[in-house]
Amino acid sequence: MAEVRRRYRTIGDPVLQGALANLQHRLGPAAAAAYQALPEGPALRQRAHAIRAKAIADLDVLLAELADRITRRGGHVFFAADAAEAVAYCLETARRHRVKLAVKGKSMVTEEIGLNAALTAAGIETVETDLGEYIVQLAGEHPSHIIAPAIHKTRAEIGRLFAAKLNIPLTDDPPTLTRAARRALRKKFLTADMGITGVNLACAATGHIALLSNEGNIRMATTLPRVHVAFMGMERIAAQLTDHDILLRLLARGAAAQKMAGYISYIGGPRQPGHTDGPESFHLVIVDNGRSRILADRTFREILYCIRCAACLNVCPVYAKIGGHAYGSAYSGPLGAVLTPLMKGIRRASDLCLGESLCGACRAACPVDIDIPRMLLALRSCLAEGDRYWQIRPLNPLAGRLCDIWSWIVSDRRRYDAALACARFCQLLLPRKNGMLHRLPPPFSGWTSSRDLEPLARRPFLRRCSRQPRRHREAPESGADRNRS
Amino acid sequence: MTGAHAKLPKARHPVSFFVPCLVDAFHPGVAAGVVTVFKRLGIPLDCPPGQTCCGQPAYNSGYRRQARRAAQHFVRVFENADAVVCPSGSCVQMVRHHYRLLFADSPSWLARSRRLAERTFELSEYLVDILGVKALGARCTLRLTYLDSCHLLYGLGISRQPRQLIDHVRGTVRVEMRDSQRCCGFGGAFAVRYPEISSAMLADKLDNIAATGAEAVVGCDIGCLMHIAGMARRRGLALHVLHIAQLLAARGRGDLIHG
Repeated sequence: MAEVRRRYRTIGDPVLQGALANLQHRLGPAAAAAYQALPEGPALRQRAHAIRAKAIADLDVLLAELADRITRRGGHVFFAADAAEAVAYCLETARRHRVKLAVKGKSMVTEEIGLNAALTAAGIETVETDLGEYIVQLAGEHPSHIIAPAIHKTRAEIGRLFAAKLNIPLTDDPPTLTRAARRALRKKFLTADMGITGVNLACAATGHIALLSNEGNIRMATTLPRVHVAFMGMERIAAQLTDHDILLRLLARGAAAQKMAGYISYIGGPRQPGHTDGPESFHLVIVDNGRSRILADRTFREILYCIRCAACLNVCPVYAKIGGHAYGSAYSGPLGAVLTPLMKGIRRASDLCLGESLCGACRAACPVDIDIPRMLLALRSCLAEGDRYWQIRPLNPLAGRLCDIWSWIVSDRRRYDAALACARFCQLLLPRKNGMLHRLPPPFSGWTSSRDLEPLARRPFLRRCSRQPRRHREAPESGADRNRS
Repeated sequence: MTGAHAKLPKARHPVSFFVPCLVDAFHPGVAAGVVTVFKRLGIPLDCPPGQTCCGQPAYNSGYRRQARRAAQHFVRVFENADAVVCPSGSCVQMVRHHYRLLFADSPSWLARSRRLAERTFELSEYLVDILGVKALGARCTLRLTYLDSCHLLYGLGISRQPRQLIDHVRGTVRVEMRDSQRCCGFGGAFAVRYPEISSAMLADKLDNIAATGAEAVVGCDIGCLMHIAGMARRRGLALHVLHIAQLLAARGRGDLIHG
C-alpha cells in the first residue's frame, strides 16, 4: 500500500495537477476539433484503423520489403529479438565507429529498451536533443508523457536546473531557457559522432523511415553525425506513401492538433553518391521485444496499431491524476495500461489493468480508433480467470469463488431477493451519519474513504412488481423512494 | 444503431422495463419515475419480476464466466419483449456492445443476445429517438446542470437526447458545466479499489458542478449519481443529485427534492 501511495503522490501535488489539467484542456478538445475539420471528416480514423490492421496483418512481408530496400542502398538492418540484442547492436556499432558522443532525437522505443543508460555505462556521452527530453535528462529523470516528456516540471524548476547544469543566470523565462538549451545543444550536434533516433512510421514500398519533429533537432541528428542508428518497434510500418498521408496527418492532429508536424524527414539509408549531407553509415534496428507475442494473440493485436501520438493521454482522466511516471514504463496513459502489462507481465502490472475507470474517452480520442477499453477488459479477464497463452494464474482465486456465488444468486430472483434482504440486515450494523452509510468494512472501505453511501432501500423496486398478479404486473408508480430502512 | 431503430414500430407497443440493479436496490424512486413517464405517455410498461442484473459488475472485473451466467438469465427474462427500456447508459452498453463479446463462442446465445440488443434502449434515447417525444409535461423550478455519464456518451453516443428532454421540463434552467464529458471516477470496483484516484477525479467533478451555481445535477446513470452524491453528502453540500427519470416525472419541485 505504501508503494501505491508513493506512486500516486502526484495527486497531492497541486502544481503538477494544474500542469496536467492545462495540457489536457489545451490538447484534448483541440484534437477532437481537428478530426472534425479533416477534409475527409472524422471517419478517416476508421480508414486509418483499417490501414493499420492491414499493415499489421502483412507485417512480415512489409518488414522484409523495407529491409531489402534499405540494404540495397547500403544501409544495415538488424532485427532485435529483445531489448538486450537491440542495445548490444548499438553498442557494437558505436565501438566500431569509435563513437564518443551521440545525439538523440526523441524516441520511446529507446526509452523502452533502456538505451541511454547502456551507452552512458559504456562511456559514450549521450545527449537528448528534443527540448523536453533534454530537460528530463539533465534532471536525471524519465519522460512522463510521450510527446510532452517534461510536463511534470515547472518553468521555475527548469530555470533552477539550467542554472545549475548549464551555468546560466537563474531565469524562468521560456525563450531565454530555450535559447540556452539551443546553444548547448548546437555544440553537441556539431561534434557528435552518432545520431540516434526513433521512427514514427516506415514505408515498405519506398524503403524509408519517416521522422516527425517540431524543433528541427531530428534533421540535425540525422544529417550531421557520421553514423545514424534508428530504432523502430517492429509494428511501426505502413505499406505505401498514400497510407503515410493519412496516418501522419492523423498523428499530428492526435498529438498536438496540428495539421502537420513542423518537420518531416524521410530517410532511406546512408548518404548516396551526389548527396551533400547524411551519415556515412546508416543502421535500422527493428525491435521485437515482446511484440511478436502480442501479434500472435488476436485479442491484443490491435494495440500494435498504435502510432504513439499520445492523444489518449491527453484525454484520460486517470492519467490527469496520476501522471506518466506512475505507469512505471516508457508508455503511460491508456495505451501504456494495455501495452506495459503485455510486455512486462500482466500480473506484475495488474494495477495498470485494473486502475482505470473504463470511461472510453481514449477510444474516442484515438486517431486510429483503437478499442483500448475492450483490451483493458480482456486483460482483466486474464487476471481474473488466468490465461494459458500469457502463462498466468488467476490473481485472486477467492474473489473468483465469491463471484461464482454472485452469479448463482443473480440467476434467480428469489435468491437475489434473499441476498438483498441479508445485505439490508447487515447494513443495520454499519455506522450512519445524516442517513448515509459513513464507514464500510473491507473490501468496500475504499468507497467510504472520501464518500458516503446511500443505504439500501427498504424494499427493492422489483419486489413491489412481483406482489401483483402476473396478468397485471405493470410496474407500480407510487410510494417513491422515501421508504428507507 | 440507426439500423436497429428503423426496425422498430413507432406505435405505442408495450415496453419492458429493465430496472438497473442499483436502481432496484438503492433508488426505487428512479424506477417509479420511469413508470410515471410511461403512464403519461399511455404506453403499457411491463416489469418482468424475474430480472436481476445484466452481469456488468462481473464483466468489468474480468469474470466473464460468471458474467455470462448473469447475462443468460437476463436474455431469458427479456427475450420475448418487443422493446426493452432501461434508465441507465451503462447497462444498455453492456447488453448492446458487450454481450456479443461475452457470447462470441456460443452461436445460439450470440444470436439470442443480438436480437435482444437490437431492441434494448436507454430511456432518453427511447423517448427522443424512437418515440420522438421531448415534452413530457414535467414541471420543476430548478437551476441544474447535466452530467454526461461515460458509457452513455462514449459507449452509446448519447448526449443530445437527455439535454433536449431536460430543456422541455418547464421551469428548469440548464447550465453546462466544464468538462461534463470527463469521468467522475466511479467506474464500479475502480472507485473502491483505487479510492485515491477515483476521489481526486470526483473532487474535480464536484468543483465543476459547484462552479455552475446549479442547485441540482441531473444524469442518466445512477452509479455516477450515487458517486457524486456520496461525496456531496460527505462534504455537506446542498446539492440535489437527480436521475433524469425523477425530473421527467416531476410535477413540481416538491415531487423530487428529497435531500
